Amino acid sequence: MAGQLSIAKALNGALRKSLESDPKTVLMGEDIGKLGGVFRITDGLQKDFGEDRVIDTPLAESGIVGTAIGLALRGYRPVVEIQFDGFVYPAFDQIVSQLAKMHARALGHVKMPVTVRIPYAGGIGAVEHHSESHEAYFAHTAGLRVVTPSNAHDAHWMLRQAIESDDPVIFLEPKRRYWDKGEVGESADLGLHDARIVRPGADATLIAYGPMVKVCLEAAAAAEEDGRRLEVVDLRSLTPVDFAALEESVKRTGRGIVVHEAPVFLGMGAELAARLTERCFYHLEAPILRVGGYYAPYPPSRVEESFLPDLDRVLDAVDRAFAY
Amino acid sequence: MTVKSTARARKKAAPGVRATAKDAQPELVQLLTPEGERVEHPDFPLTVEADELRALYRDLVLVRRFDAEATSLQRQGELGLWASLLGQEAAQVGSGRAMRPGDYAFPTYREHGVAWCRDVDPLNLLGMFRGVNHGGWDPNEKNFHLYTIVIGAQTLHATGYAMGITKDGADDAVIAYFGDGASSQGDVNEAFTFASVYNSPVVFFCQNNQWAISEPTTTQTKIPLYRRASGFGFPGIRVDGNDVLACLAVTRWALEHARTGNGPVLIEAFTYRMGAHTTSDDPTRYRAADETEAWKAKDPITRLRTLLEKEGLADEEFFASIEAESEQLGLRVREGVRSMPDPDPTLIFDHVYAEPHALVDEERAEYIEYAASFEAGENH
Repeated sequence: MAGQLSIAKALNGALRKSLESDPKTVLMGEDIGKLGGVFRITDGLQKDFGEDRVIDTPLAESGIVGTAIGLALRGYRPVVEIQFDGFVYPAFDQIVSQLAKMHARALGHVKMPVTVRIPYAGGIGAVEHHSESHEAYFAHTAGLRVVTPSNAHDAHWMLRQAIESDDPVIFLEPKRRYWDKGEVGESADLGLHDARIVRPGADATLIAYGPMVKVCLEAAAAAEEDGRRLEVVDLRSLTPVDFAALEESVKRTGRGIVVHEAPVFLGMGAELAARLTERCFYHLEAPILRVGGYYAPYPPSRVEESFLPDLDRVLDAVDRAFAY
Repeated sequence: MTVKSTARARKKAAPGVRATAKDAQPELVQLLTPEGERVEHPDFPLTVEADELRALYRDLVLVRRFDAEATSLQRQGELGLWASLLGQEAAQVGSGRAMRPGDYAFPTYREHGVAWCRDVDPLNLLGMFRGVNHGGWDPNEKNFHLYTIVIGAQTLHATGYAMGITKDGADDAVIAYFGDGASSQGDVNEAFTFASVYNSPVVFFCQNNQWAISEPTTTQTKIPLYRRASGFGFPGIRVDGNDVLACLAVTRWALEHARTGNGPVLIEAFTYRMGAHTTSDDPTRYRAADETEAWKAKDPITRLRTLLEKEGLADEEFFASIEAESEQLGLRVREGVRSMPDPDPTLIFDHVYAEPHALVDEERAEYIEYAASFEAGENH
């Protein structure tokens, strides 16, 4: 897979490989057939694999996830596309009460190898319900694995790993990065749940995932001009969290700042800050700080830039961390 | 014949008895009247040999005995809760016996009679009501899925499973069980839609037992439930749910219809929940005793016994042997439940994921260490 691929193309390639390698893999979702999905992630797949394996479903999210569970019980490996983040809630019961708990309910007798792909987060100037970051709901539910790539290489390989997993995986796709290009390597260099240091540094650790990784990389580049060497860790997996990698980094830098689009209150950052404080208490120069969205419904697009963390908000938090 | 039997029912109905009056509809498929009279239906002919009738009788009696034992065990504190099927034995045994070995059942939490027909050990059903697991049996062993508590959620699982059967090119079929209350759920209506457009081999078996806890069927629907099917484009049939022969014949037909590529069928088994919703419920708060009394006259077991006796198909020795067997079953269930051990607390962590998960592993280790600290303390 030499050359630069967009995240969208990398995901499309991963779905194609998964369909090729396992005849039990089926894709389900709204408009994923002829149209190729509203973001074209499934472009061309129905043409090549048929309507039996790339299935246009009725517009009923609970129905999509619920029937995917039934297909998994029959031995299939469904990959479900939820069209937009805000449309997943009708399927919430099927995801958190059925999909997440079926393996435990059966005392391990059945497995739920279902991947739920959801384009999430904002920054694309969309109408309501098309820009939400709801990762905490899913990460809070034991039984689900929740992952999110930030670049084309991870998009490809993490999706293939997610589909191969025998557990249900919520696969969150940072929709505003769909068209960002990057090299996709010949193999997965990390496990599905490993964090990655995407920029080494010594003075503070920025912890981000999905769409915010790019923002943090830009912030780190800007901070360097001020003589601050910021490390950027791409979390990649939200459950389980690679706490070993985070702990190592934060102990080394003495400062940690978690950045996500989701509201700060009870977001991933709260859990990361609490646990890192426990693990790194005597190494910390400052409390673990959080940068994120506000405790408000995702705003109309004309003001979303004020809602979303950007380079300046990240650097402002960096300043605060250094002020302790 | 059907018209005749329903006319009788109308005459018998006490004034103001909602459910009994409502079943006085010519559409109701009936093959065995409450009086134990064998009648024919033009669309659902059924030939049953004497040994099959006796086997059905045995099923009904043993299922009722098991259910009564479980209720007693709850009263004795051995079970935390029990959802009795009293009154619905015929709907469950009739439909359960219509299934072939390769067919698959997706139950609610009340399908003890279907479980019996699928040869699921009754003790398996009691684990979740005792609180030692949330089900825990291997659904694929007997093609009987885990009990599902969220109302209607399993109808989608059943439909997805049926979609898989179609993909496999197999000729198996699925039954999705649910109740009159569940008919209002979005999931059930989505399951109807998916099954219809994909022509999936699934039979939707609705036991309309007239009550969703305290809410009568009139709170769920303004039309007879079986007619809902027409809006989704597949057949709907109302069957006398207290008539094991009618339930058997109609479900057999529906399963055959589904497995031969004709798509889903909705069966509304018109029956009655003779007991409480669960052992935590008090039906005297919301329904009249005369309604329950009226339904007692339609008991599914009595009418089959009457037929067997009247036609000389079973003797006293047979009935005595079934009685003895049911006592044995009660004893086995009682002893089995009382000796059911509590799980080790580390069960909490055992099957959260199929593959290792760092946080679960960490918390398991923390718990074990914490628990061990008490044991260590006792030694000092």
